[in-house]
Amino acid sequence: MDKFTKLTAVAAPLPIVNCDTDKIIPARFLKTLTRTGLGKNLFDPLRYDPKTGEENPDFVLNKPAYRNSEILVAGHNFGCGSSREHAPWALLDFGIRCVISTDFADIFYNNSSKNGILLIKVSPEELEKLMDGAERGANATMTVDLENQEITNSDGEKITFEVDSFKKHCLLNGLDDIGLTLQKETSITSYEEKQKASEPWLYA
Amino acid sequence: MSGAKTLFDKIWESHLVDQQDDGTCLIYIDRQLIHEITSAQAFDGLRESGRKARRPEANLCVPDHNVPTTPGRGGTDEIEDDESRIQLEVLETNAAEFGLPYISINDERQGIVHVIGPEQGFTQPGVTLVCGDSHTATHGAFGALAFGVGTSEVEHVLATQTLIQRPAKNMRITVTGALPEGCTAKDLVLAIIGKIGTAGGTGHVIEYAGPAIEELSMEGRMTVCNMTIEAGARAGLVAPDEKTFEYLKGRPQCPKGAQWEAAVAHWRTLPSDAGATYDTEIELDVSEIVPQVTWGTSPEDEIGITGVVPNPADVDDANRRSAMERSLEYMDLKPGMKMTDIAVDKVFIGSCTNSRIEDMRAAAAIAKGRKVADSVYAMVVPGSGLVKMQAEEEGLDKIFTEAGFHWREPGCSMCLAMNGDMLQPGERSASTSNRNFEGRQGPGGRTHLVSPMMAAAAAIAGHLADVRDLLK
Repeated sequence: MDKFTKLTAVAAPLPIVNCDTDKIIPARFLKTLTRTGLGKNLFDPLRYDPKTGEENPDFVLNKPAYRNSEILVAGHNFGCGSSREHAPWALLDFGIRCVISTDFADIFYNNSSKNGILLIKVSPEELEKLMDGAERGANATMTVDLENQEITNSDGEKITFEVDSFKKHCLLNGLDDIGLTLQKETSITSYEEKQKASEPWLYA
Repeated sequence: MSGAKTLFDKIWESHLVDQQDDGTCLIYIDRQLIHEITSAQAFDGLRESGRKARRPEANLCVPDHNVPTTPGRGGTDEIEDDESRIQLEVLETNAAEFGLPYISINDERQGIVHVIGPEQGFTQPGVTLVCGDSHTATHGAFGALAFGVGTSEVEHVLATQTLIQRPAKNMRITVTGALPEGCTAKDLVLAIIGKIGTAGGTGHVIEYAGPAIEELSMEGRMTVCNMTIEAGARAGLVAPDEKTFEYLKGRPQCPKGAQWEAAVAHWRTLPSDAGATYDTEIELDVSEIVPQVTWGTSPEDEIGITGVVPNPADVDDANRRSAMERSLEYMDLKPGMKMTDIAVDKVFIGSCTNSRIEDMRAAAAIAKGRKVADSVYAMVVPGSGLVKMQAEEEGLDKIFTEAGFHWREPGCSMCLAMNGDMLQPGERSASTSNRNFEGRQGPGGRTHLVSPMMAAAAAIAGHLADVRDLLK
């Protein structure tokens, strides 16, 4: 997983509430065996006409100013629905490293942080300011500083944010969860021995 | 009463392997279900790092999302779509390489992960169970802490048999009143989602309680827990009771003899203690509900079948209003239209929400002696090979086919349209599945969520219909 420290990039506004994972990456693209290559179908139902497959020129990521966005400013409850990790994989493959919203679905939140994508929860008032900031096209450059937990909006205003300390540590250092957990293998083994004695049917 | 614990607290605490100073927990995972869509990259990860599956027997692999449901579909090698066939072959190879139990497409036990877990007795009260699928919440019907995970977490469980988590908050939804005629567990859960919203349960585990939940069959409880994720909560729970034990007794992977007695004794200690407190409490009386149907593109967009398409102009909240306007445009509906005036092109009876034997029986009871409207294509997709066999023993397949429904092989099918069973752009369905998201059943497709009985009624009428008119 790539580290996330500080990012200065164009932020795209996506003011859709309850943007579900079927919108982020529809199921028909989940036949892949890799984690890469999904960026071209990110937001497929919004980006392309379902009948002709042509780009929808009105969709934000199709506009010249936003084609290289690395930050998304999104509506409430972003990432609800399916547990598909293809959603953060598609965001990452497109180049999005940070999503800002008032709330995220639980599974999507976990999946994103395991792929080096920083999700930031802000208040509705802050989201409104950031959405305004993102609507300034190619001038909509924002800076997200994870170490100092601070967003600098495109007008220079600074907004601080909260982040889970463990997730912050993993993102800043690009740490692999499995490696960390395996350092606790002795505890896992002793848990299993205890459970085997108290609930032997789980080991039959 | 201090020290009183909820069902969730009890399962969580008994699975705690380690807790860091910052509150991050390592919890033990007893069971994992694995399917073809969210696992290939996890197995690759294990291979790349030279890791093994820690407890192969704690897993169960089965293909479901991507399998054809065509009658007489044959084996994996006969799947025409290259990507689908390869994905199934890769699952089979991975299961063999890592020594994991595997049920193939030809096996009579094959079916949707959330149908076969309980059928095989793989799902048991008090266990922690995960799967790379958000509808894993289904298994909470047995009093198991069951939730969906991403592929990185699938790999984490394979390698370590644990997950890094923070405890969820406790929510209890107490459901009172008797379900009226024509209403089912599906209508009950749609009414709940309509009440609390699609993000209402975020950060929580929902325990469903009260007489209306106790009254439900295990199938009904699975339908309710299944849709918990549509209310934003990762897991739903129902306290295990005699119905739970009765359902599980004698299942292939359940304990036998003295072990069974010991297990049941343990399971009886699981229900929430009297006086346990919850972070959020919701109450709902279902005695007055009417059969439910969705009008929009979020499961919270539900209304009684006797209602009309709502008007965004009546809504004060600007976010909600814009979401409704977008939904109505996508669904091609106008405010004030009667729900029963909405014509459907396809009817889908199936999915991990509603493909169990009780669902088959409920739909067949409506279909019996009637005909599917000429303008409608209707398909029934049983949740597993065993459900299919039982339905055929009961003659339900004949009832369906004589009425003009197509009787298919088991799989996820048109719920998420990966396997070729799908809506065409602009087509409209009445569907017993769980999500009416834009494009969920095919690009440009429009979905109305309903119960199996209501789906059968829509197939016969050619439009959304009140099933109670057919029960008179």
